[in-house]
Amino acid sequence: MKKSLAILLSTVLLLAMILSGCGAKTSTAKTGDIKPTTLNFWTFQELHKGFMDDAVATWNKNHPDKPIVLKTDVYPYDEQHNKLLIALQSGTGAPDIVDIEISKFANFLKGSKPGLVELNDVVEPVKDKLIMGRMENYAKDGKYYGIDYHVGAEVMYYNKALFEQAGVNINDIVTWDDYIAAGKKIVEKTGKPMTTLETTEHWSYYPLINMQGSDLLGKNGEVILDNEINKKTLEMLKDMLYKDKIAVPAPGGFHHSEEYWAWMNKGNAASVWMPMWYMGRFVQYMPDLKGQMVIRPMPIFPGGKKSAGMGGTGTAITTQGKNIELAKQFLAEAKLSKDGSIKTWSLLGFDPIRSDAWTDPAMSADNKYTDYFGTDIFNTLKAVIGDIGSINVGAKFPNAITLLQKNICFKVLKEQSQTPEQALKEAAEELRTK
Amino acid sequence: MADPSVIGLGKPFIRRSRLKQLFSSQKTAPYVFVLPFILSFLVFFLYPIVSTVIMSFQRIDGPGDITFIGLQNYKNLLNPHFFNAVWLTTRYTFWTILVLVPLPLVLSIFLNKKTTIGKNFFRSAFFMPALTSVIVAGLFFRLAFGEQQTTLVNSMLGVFGIKPTIWLQDADASMFVMVLLCTWRWMGVNIIYFLSGLQGIPEELYEAAAIDGASEFEQFLHITLPSLKPVIMYVVTISVYGGYSMFAESFALWNGPRSPGEIGMTIVNYIYQEGFNNNNLGFGSAIGIALFAIVMAVNLLQLFSSGFFKKEGT
Repeated sequence: MKKSLAILLSTVLLLAMILSGCGAKTSTAKTGDIKPTTLNFWTFQELHKGFMDDAVATWNKNHPDKPIVLKTDVYPYDEQHNKLLIALQSGTGAPDIVDIEISKFANFLKGSKPGLVELNDVVEPVKDKLIMGRMENYAKDGKYYGIDYHVGAEVMYYNKALFEQAGVNINDIVTWDDYIAAGKKIVEKTGKPMTTLETTEHWSYYPLINMQGSDLLGKNGEVILDNEINKKTLEMLKDMLYKDKIAVPAPGGFHHSEEYWAWMNKGNAASVWMPMWYMGRFVQYMPDLKGQMVIRPMPIFPGGKKSAGMGGTGTAITTQGKNIELAKQFLAEAKLSKDGSIKTWSLLGFDPIRSDAWTDPAMSADNKYTDYFGTDIFNTLKAVIGDIGSINVGAKFPNAITLLQKNICFKVLKEQSQTPEQALKEAAEELRTK
Repeated sequence: MADPSVIGLGKPFIRRSRLKQLFSSQKTAPYVFVLPFILSFLVFFLYPIVSTVIMSFQRIDGPGDITFIGLQNYKNLLNPHFFNAVWLTTRYTFWTILVLVPLPLVLSIFLNKKTTIGKNFFRSAFFMPALTSVIVAGLFFRLAFGEQQTTLVNSMLGVFGIKPTIWLQDADASMFVMVLLCTWRWMGVNIIYFLSGLQGIPEELYEAAAIDGASEFEQFLHITLPSLKPVIMYVVTISVYGGYSMFAESFALWNGPRSPGEIGMTIVNYIYQEGFNNNNLGFGSAIGIALFAIVMAVNLLQLFSSGFFKKEGT
């Protein structure tokens, strides 16, 4: 009898030894009389940490009665989303506040009981001032679950010097036909391609279908990937590469590769279309183009929109937090208030989600982006802002984006192993059976 | 001997002796010593394995939102992505074995020779890559095999007048890069295995063969190879396992799980994409079980064909 007791005892001891490593707790220092509440924040973008730290400082100044300490963890992109998925799945370990990238967001709204908190009570009071298309991206059944940092307006970045060399006026480009015609002149006069197209990611293709009112999924999450507009647009891109010969596949496959940055920095292409937030990449990774690049509205399709809201990161609150109400108030002040919105521009170089921020004098102050692109950035943006709608982020969205990146764009634009019709149809059929 | 003052110490004395008994008794001691392994096995291996099997029959939509869907996940396996992943991983495994058995074998024979100069230096130099992190090595390979004219590999090829190649967007070229990365990393480990096998072969055999007039190549064919058979079998077995479980190399080369046209999508990569990127943990589990079945089948086939299960001495 006693022997078995001893075995049991040693078992318990061993278990205790193994498990004691898991329970470490962090303590917070007391400041003043009121103990600050610690909130945990996960992000995959170092820049967002700086933004949130600034927001905490503002919050603590405005609300001395309920101070906050924000404990931020910056993880790699994939790792953070995986960790969050597992934490929500297992019911423990999730942070109070978390950044979720738009193409992953649908994963967290699956099922009948999402692990995220509904934010309607802080969103609705400022609804008329927000660019609501950007809120719909993180909504399900009329409930808002995330708040974005930016609008992500799709714009065209032109290389002034190359256009002057070719004698083409940038401001004459209004439609895609103009763009292609100008491209031919650029190629002829300078020997350099008009633009580059992404073949392993979706930033060249997706905004164009969105500007024509199409999408990957319909309003109710049904698959519309293989519709006529999408087919025609993909054909247009393919023609730019191989028929009109005004474009080349982006070196490295996409506009975030080291190869592309190094190549583009030498002024090797006359233009590129990317969302507004891509400005940061120019400033950071292509310093030699400073003063050479200008931002203009996208060329338009007949009857199409002037821009599209692309990309994004929704900041959400998890249901596992102990201070959900406080986290919500803080998040609203940080990202939904006018001051907060202005800070997304001044700190991060993003186009703010509050339209009343756009006309604020603070927005025209000089910063590293105006130094780089000139002072008319916001005039360009104001001209297109009214046209920015939402994208349809149904449950199949993460899967659709993946297929778009690794199959459709690559096989049609790079490998040329499938026609636009074949590739779109194959992917659409696969999505429909899921 | 019955000193009354000792009687008071009787109890602790007995307890200590019981503990002593526990560790010295032939019946219990083995269990005590393997207990840490058993416990960690139960908690970190058996429990997840059982969970995976159960999850492979479920659709998991979120916390507390789980539906039992029978064999649906396994039926969904019959899709081009899975077949592509199996075929790609099989090719990868084949190439790694084709390179990582003969090459280290030959190198280890040279490293085992008394006459080789700088033996110890080469031994450690070959082993060094095994100590680096896959992610670091993968990142280095990704940049070295970049498509620009100025990247390491392309500029080296340029010396010989070969045009720059786009390595990581082509199925064959990227298979080459993956196998090269694997060879670079694991060659040293296999050399160690073969070296230890070589050192177990008695010197007398070679001497006797030499007296009988066998050439070096004949000695290799008739003494070295047969003696190394168990080691070769072991290396092939772990290489099959290693090849089929490849994930990090491809993840690092393409900066994530998505490679263009799925040219680097291994089975584990597919698990990762379905399980985590698409939040389909049930389906991910089913792929995992399928992977287990494939590796098991390949290994058994290989062990059967090499006569591992034959009774010895009959």
